[in-house]
Amino acid sequence: MPESRFHERPALLQARGLAFARNEEPIFGPLDFALHAGEVVLMEGDNGAGKTTLLRVLAGLIAPSQGEIFLNGEPLTLARLSPQLALLSHQGGLKHDLTALENLRFAAGLHGQRRGLSPVSALAAVGLDGFGEVPVRQLSAGQKKRVALARVLLAPVGLWLLDEPYANLDRSGIELVNRLLERHAHEGGAALITSHGAYAYTSGTPRRIALRPDPAGTESQGDTIVENTR
Amino acid sequence: MRPGSTRAACLALLRRDLLLVWRRRGDTLTPLLFALIVVALFPLAIGAQMETLRPIAVGVVFVATLLAGLLALDSLFRGDYEDGSLEQLVVSPHPLALLLACKIAVHWLTTALPLIALSPLLGELLFLDPALRGLLPLALALTTPLLSLIGAVCVALTVGMQRSGMLLALLVLPLYVPVLIFGAGACNAAQMGLPYLAPLLWLAAGLVLALVLAPLACAAALRISTS
Repeated sequence: MPESRFHERPALLQARGLAFARNEEPIFGPLDFALHAGEVVLMEGDNGAGKTTLLRVLAGLIAPSQGEIFLNGEPLTLARLSPQLALLSHQGGLKHDLTALENLRFAAGLHGQRRGLSPVSALAAVGLDGFGEVPVRQLSAGQKKRVALARVLLAPVGLWLLDEPYANLDRSGIELVNRLLERHAHEGGAALITSHGAYAYTSGTPRRIALRPDPAGTESQGDTIVENTR
Repeated sequence: MRPGSTRAACLALLRRDLLLVWRRRGDTLTPLLFALIVVALFPLAIGAQMETLRPIAVGVVFVATLLAGLLALDSLFRGDYEDGSLEQLVVSPHPLALLLACKIAVHWLTTALPLIALSPLLGELLFLDPALRGLLPLALALTTPLLSLIGAVCVALTVGMQRSGMLLALLVLPLYVPVLIFGAGACNAAQMGLPYLAPLLWLAAGLVLALVLAPLACAAALRISTS
């Protein structure tokens, strides 16, 4: 645990020797990394490098083939994780027949809402003021992504797992994501985000982990490639 | 009520699913029209005489209701699976089985309840014995929730597959057989003047069992489907 020397508390999320293989074919890993409160980690990798799979493993949706995940120093279970987790997946998890606000009201009912935020103000925070009554079906792909980000923002949780939060977003949207991530980290939250690297990453990210397809599947990836810019 | 509590989550889910049905209210007519057409085919095929239709009326209404329910079954988790809402339910801090029970309840309310309401008309099309006018909807009211619950488990198992419709039918129909036997059996017994309470009680017992176990099985199956 090289990272934990600098932190007194156990890492919010820690992976040790984490690997996943589907039908004997290695998808990623073995990986070692830690995510602490107040930290944003960018997971980079080409298409098919296993970013989404890794995120789903960390979200407790898939069991890893090897290795362990710890949440605040204890083995990860969905019951321990779910009250702390906001997950943004590829599909977005929005109902296209409902309006943006109806979607956020449902999310607030399901996950609760952050102190000082409401579905209306969360929508305003992602730059969709005035789009509340528009069915999600009629929004553009970038606007849908913003609604999904508003859902993440609204959840009263410390850990964000965001799969390709920059996809489909325009320049101001990318800045918005960076701003939201910075504020989340500043407030003591942590985020693990994935990107295939096509978007210039301007500010705010202290650490990067590169995921590369590793046919041998033996070399440990995470720690060797992590560059700590702090 | 605290936002984020399990009760608030269930209410939010019930509200959302009802709202979704309301936005696509035309779709709820499909199973009704299907059942109506299936029942209407019988007099056309075997002649519209009371003496041929009355003995088979109960069975035909039951089978038509069962098939119409099967038609609507695939949509139970499909939409949520495809748009990622299901993942959100899985990673929410509430018991998945309870949330799924809410979904199944809305599905039953919006697909099976209209069929029960339609059943007297379906019976009338087949010269149903007037003595069964009250018993048929009652037997259906016990049968259809059981069908929805059993069906939901099978849908949860197949939702990860593409074009699972036929497989779903093959999986579900054998499991529907005992339910059909008890439901239609109660009505047939009543028609012949025999005691009919026992099969109804069996159905009620099965329903209680399924109410407890089916959501748990659904949750386990959906966790496999989403992984």
